[in-house]
Amino acid sequence: MKEQLAQIKQQAMEALQQAQTPAQLEELRVRFLGKKGALTAVLKQMGKLSPEERPVMGQLANAVRAEIEEMLEKQKAAAHAAALEAKLAAEALDVTIPGKSVALGHAHPMNQVLQQIKDLFVGMGYQIVDGPEVELADYNFTKLNIEEGHPSRDRSDTFYFNDDDTVLLRTQTSPMQIRVMENAKPPICILAPGRVYRKDEADATHSPMFHQIEGLVIDEHITMGDLKGALVTLMKKLYGEEAVMRFRPHHFPFTEPSCEMDMQCHKCHGTGEVDGQVCSTCHGEGWIELLGAGMVHPKVLEGCGIDPEKYSGFAFGMGLERMAMRRTRINDLRLIFDNDVRFLNQF
Amino acid sequence: MKLNRKWINEEFVDLSSVSDKEFVEKMTIFGQKVETYEPMDKEIKNVVVGKVVSIVRHENSDHMWICQVDVGQEEPVQIVTGAQNVHEGDLVPAALHNSYLPGGIHITKGKLRGEKSNGMLCSLKELGLTLGDFPYAIEDGIWILQEDCRPGDDINKVIGNDDTVVDFEITNNRPDCYSIIGLAREAAAAFGKPMRHHEPVVKGSDAGSMYDKLDVEVEAENLCNRYTARMVANVKIGPSPKWMRQRLRANGVRPINNIVDITNYVMLEYGQPMHAFDYRYVGSGKIVVRESREGETLTTLDGNVRNLKPGMLVIADETKPIGLAGIMGGENSEILPDTTTVVFESANFDGTSIRQTALALGMRTESSGKFEKNLDPMMTVPAVQRACELVELLACGDVMDGMVDILNYVPAPKTLELEPEKINALLGTNIPREDMVKYLNLLEIPVEGNTIHVPSWRPDLNLMADIAEEVGRSYGYNEIPITAFKNATQGGYSPEMLLEAKAGAACRSVGFSEIITYSFVSPSIFDQIRLGADSPLRNTLKIQNPLGEDTSVMRTTALPSLLDILARNYANHNKAAKLYELAKVYLPVEGQVLPQEPKYLMLGTYGAGEDFFSLKGELDAVLGALRLPAAQYTADTANPSYHPGRCARITIGGEDVGCMGQIHPLVAANYGMDCEIYCAEIRFDKLLALQLPEATYVPLPKYPAVTRDLAIVCREEVTVGEAEAVITQAAGKLLRNIRLFDVYRGTGVPEGKKSLAFSLELRADDRTLTDTDSETVTKNVLVALENQLGAVLR
Repeated sequence: MKEQLAQIKQQAMEALQQAQTPAQLEELRVRFLGKKGALTAVLKQMGKLSPEERPVMGQLANAVRAEIEEMLEKQKAAAHAAALEAKLAAEALDVTIPGKSVALGHAHPMNQVLQQIKDLFVGMGYQIVDGPEVELADYNFTKLNIEEGHPSRDRSDTFYFNDDDTVLLRTQTSPMQIRVMENAKPPICILAPGRVYRKDEADATHSPMFHQIEGLVIDEHITMGDLKGALVTLMKKLYGEEAVMRFRPHHFPFTEPSCEMDMQCHKCHGTGEVDGQVCSTCHGEGWIELLGAGMVHPKVLEGCGIDPEKYSGFAFGMGLERMAMRRTRINDLRLIFDNDVRFLNQF
Repeated sequence: MKLNRKWINEEFVDLSSVSDKEFVEKMTIFGQKVETYEPMDKEIKNVVVGKVVSIVRHENSDHMWICQVDVGQEEPVQIVTGAQNVHEGDLVPAALHNSYLPGGIHITKGKLRGEKSNGMLCSLKELGLTLGDFPYAIEDGIWILQEDCRPGDDINKVIGNDDTVVDFEITNNRPDCYSIIGLAREAAAAFGKPMRHHEPVVKGSDAGSMYDKLDVEVEAENLCNRYTARMVANVKIGPSPKWMRQRLRANGVRPINNIVDITNYVMLEYGQPMHAFDYRYVGSGKIVVRESREGETLTTLDGNVRNLKPGMLVIADETKPIGLAGIMGGENSEILPDTTTVVFESANFDGTSIRQTALALGMRTESSGKFEKNLDPMMTVPAVQRACELVELLACGDVMDGMVDILNYVPAPKTLELEPEKINALLGTNIPREDMVKYLNLLEIPVEGNTIHVPSWRPDLNLMADIAEEVGRSYGYNEIPITAFKNATQGGYSPEMLLEAKAGAACRSVGFSEIITYSFVSPSIFDQIRLGADSPLRNTLKIQNPLGEDTSVMRTTALPSLLDILARNYANHNKAAKLYELAKVYLPVEGQVLPQEPKYLMLGTYGAGEDFFSLKGELDAVLGALRLPAAQYTADTANPSYHPGRCARITIGGEDVGCMGQIHPLVAANYGMDCEIYCAEIRFDKLLALQLPEATYVPLPKYPAVTRDLAIVCREEVTVGEAEAVITQAAGKLLRNIRLFDVYRGTGVPEGKKSLAFSLELRADDRTLTDTDSETVTKNVLVALENQLGAVLR
C-alpha cells in the first residue's frame, strides 16, 4: 500500500508537471483526487489494514494528497497566469493610433495675455474695473486736462456721435481714471482694461478699435519712485527677472511729471544690431517702448474732488495689442480681428 | 524735428567730442526722444577732390576725354570722362575705384573703348545735389569745384556732409523745441554745458522808413496774437552763401534764393515761421490780417488754387488775399528774381485756427506744423531782427527804418515758487535745493531766491509738478530710487467679471473658441439678418465721422458680427468652426446721453455633426456651469433671423434671456454660406441675478432607484416639453429623473401621430420602493397623459 501511494504520488507529480491547460489539470485532479480517483481507491483499502497500521497509512495518504493538491494549485496558478498572459498579448494595441478626439476651445490670444496681466495686478492689490466705451468728451478729454482744440479731439482722430462733439467713442481708457476718482475715495488702486477707438484705417499695425489697459493708484505720499516700483515689478513678472527697464521723460496732459517706460530689446540686448544687421525687433533702437505713465496731474485730482495737497498718485496706460503681439509673435494686427480658427487654434 | 549736429556745435554749444550714439542716448533720456539719426556721409564713399593735371582727347571717341587726375596720391590716376566742361587745372569730384554714390551706385575701374578709367568724374546730380546747393555749377557737366579744398580731400567734407542729422520726436508741450535754439538749449542742459547766445543786431540804412510805405491792420484780433513786420529795400536777389545753404540742406530745406533762404533759416533757428512778400504786389501798400470771405480763392506758392472758406485766416492787401496765414504764401506776392523791396512778416497766429485751416485744405506745411503748437509770441521780434541782420550780413538789401509790431495777446510773465520739499515728496527723492536751482539754470529758467521766473518760451511750466518734472529729468528718471508703496486695497474682480470668466471657460470646455469682433458695424446688417423695418434694434447710435459705411453704427445685436466671422472661416475653407464671444452691444436709451452697454454671450457653429440639439446640449452645459436653474425652451417661429421651425426662446427662472436655433437659410445665404449654422444669443448681464445660491450637500441616496420605461403615442403637435411637464406633475415626488430616449414615427404608429419613449427614475429617501409604488406612479402618469394630451400607452 505504501508503494501504491508512492507510485500514485510519482505518477501524479509527473502528470501535473506535463499538464498545460486548466482543463488538463482538472482532469488530473479527478483522476488522482476525485471520488473515483486513484487516491480514493487506495484509501478504500484502508479497512483491510490493521488498527496499528491504519493511522500510519492514513497520515501517509493525507500527506500524499496534500502534496498533490499543492502541486495542483501551483500548476493551476501557472496555467492561469499563462492564459492571462496570452490574453493580454492578444489584446495588445497600437498605442500610436490617435486618441478619440475631444476638442477644447481656445481663448483668444489677446485675452490670454490680458488675463495674465489682470491676474498679476490683482495679486498686487488692484481692483479690475470696467466702464463705458461710448463716452462723454468731458471724461475722455476735458477732465483729463486735454483742452478744447487739442489735435486729439479732431474729427480726423476721434469718432463722434453728435454735432457738438460731446459724445464720442473713447480714444483711451484714461476716462476710467476720472470715473473711478469721482466715485471712490482714496486709497484707490484700480486696473481698467478695455476697448478704445481711433480713426485709423486697419492695416498690419493699426486698427480703428484696439485695447488699452489703464492703471491708477491714489493715496497719501505716493511718489514717482512708487510708480517705478509698481511698473518694474510688473514687467519683471511678465518678461522675467533679467528684463532691463528704463524711464524717459514724456508728455501727457493728465500726468505731471510724465514718462514712458522702455524695455531693453531682448533680441539685441540694447545694441540695436544682430549679426551686423539692424535688429528687427527694436528697429535698431535697442529699446522697446512699453507704456506711458506719470504722476496724476494736480488739476485732474482737483477736478475729481481729490485734494492734491493731501493726495498724490500715479497712472499708467499700455496697449494690449502690441504687448500680445510681441509675446505671441503675431505680425499683423488684422489677424487678431479676422478670428480664423486656424489662427485661434494655435493658442 | 530735424537737427544737424554741426550747427549746434558751431553756433551754440560745442558737443563735437560727443559721439552720435552718446548724444542720441543722452538726449532721449533727458526727454527729447530721438526717432532716428543718420550720418550725412553715409551715401557717398571714396569720392575725393581731384585736380585735372592733363586732359587729352580719346583716340577712339569723338566726345571722350582722358584725364590724369591728382587725387592726393603719389601718382595721378587716369579717368575717362564724356563731359565737355573739364579743363586742365580744374578741381573736380573724382569717384575712385570701389566708390559709392547716392542711390547705392557702385563705381569700379574699367576700360572705355580700350582706355583704362580708374573711376569717374562727377556732376552735382551724381552726388545727390542741385543747383540750389551750388549755384555756380552747371547742370549738364562735371561740377568744377570753386571751394576751398585740395586734391585728396573727402568730397563729403566739401559738400558739408561731415555732419549727422538727428530727428527728434517733440512732445506737444514743448513748441520751443521745434527750433535749433530750443534743441541746443536742451542739449546744453543735458550735457551740463553753458550755451552761447547771440542777440541780433541790425545796423540799418538810409533807405527810409517803412512807415511811409506800409500800413498793417489786424482785423482778426482773436486769431492773430501778434503781427511783426520789417521791410528791406534795394534787394538783390541771388544765391545765399554756402554755410547757409548747407544748414538748410541738412535740415531738409531746399535753398531757393537769399531772401527766401533767410526766412527759412530763421524759421529753423528760432522756430518762428516767417514769410517774405514782394512789396510790389501788396496792393495800396496795405496788409490786412483778416478772415477770408465767401467765395475767395488764393493760388498758393505751390501753384494750387485754394478755395477759401469763411473763417480761414488770410493775409490780404486792400482787395485780395496774398497769403494763407501761417501756412503758405500766395503766388501773387512771391519773391521773384527782380524783386527789389521785401516785407518780412514774423507773426504769431492762433494754433488751433491754423491747424484746422491746414487740415481743411489738406496742406500741412513746415510753418503750419509749428504754428499749431502755439508758439511763443515773444519770438516775433528777435526773429524779424535776425532776418534783417542776415540781410545785412549777406549784403543783399538795405533794411528800412521802423518795425510794425501789433500786439493783441501776449501772456504776462509768470513766476512760480520753488518748493524743494514738495518736489522731493512727489519724486521720492532727496535732491538738494542747490542742485534744483542748478538744473533750472542750465535750462535757462532763472531762479531768484525762491522765485522761479518762467521764460516766455516755456508755457508748459505752470505749477510745482511741472518744475518737479524739470528737476526729475535733469536728475535723471532712472536715478530715482525704486520704492514699493503700502497698498491698502484688496485686489479682485467684480462678480460680473468672475461670471464672464466662468462662462468663457465653460464655452471652451465644450469646444468653442473665443473671438473678438468690432463694436461698430454697417447699417446694412439689419437687412442681412432680415430684421423687420420696425425692429427696435434698428435704432442705433450713428458715428458722424466713420471710417466708412461698414463701420458707421454701433451694434445693437452681436449676431451679424458672429455670422461675419463664421462666414469668413467658411470662405477660408475651414470645414467647421465653433466660436463664442462675450460681446457688448450699444443700446440707445431714450432721454439719456450715453447708451446701455450690456454684454451678450454669443455661440455660433457650423460643420459636420452640428445640429440644433448639439448646440442646445452645449448651451445647457455652459449655463449649468454658471449655476443657473434649468433653461426652458419654447418654439419661436417669428424670429426672422432663424429657421422658423428650429428656433427657441430661452427663459431661465421665468426671465427671457435670449434665443438659439438654426440661422435662416436666407440669412446664411446673405453671408455667403450654404450650410446649416447654429447660433445662440444669451443676454449675459441678466444671468448674475438668476444664479442659484451656493451649493450645499444633499445626502447620497440610501435606497435603490427603480427605472420605468414608458412609450406613449400622441398627436404630432404634442411637444416633448409638454409631455414631460405632464409626466413630472403626475408622477409626484418619487420621480427623480426623466429622460426622453426615443421618438418614433412609422409602422405601428398611426399617421399624424408619434411615439415618445421616456425613462423614469423613481426613488424614495426613506425606503425601498415596492412594485405597488411604481405601478401607482405609472398609472397616475398614464391617466394624466390621456386626460391632458390624449396620449395613450403604446
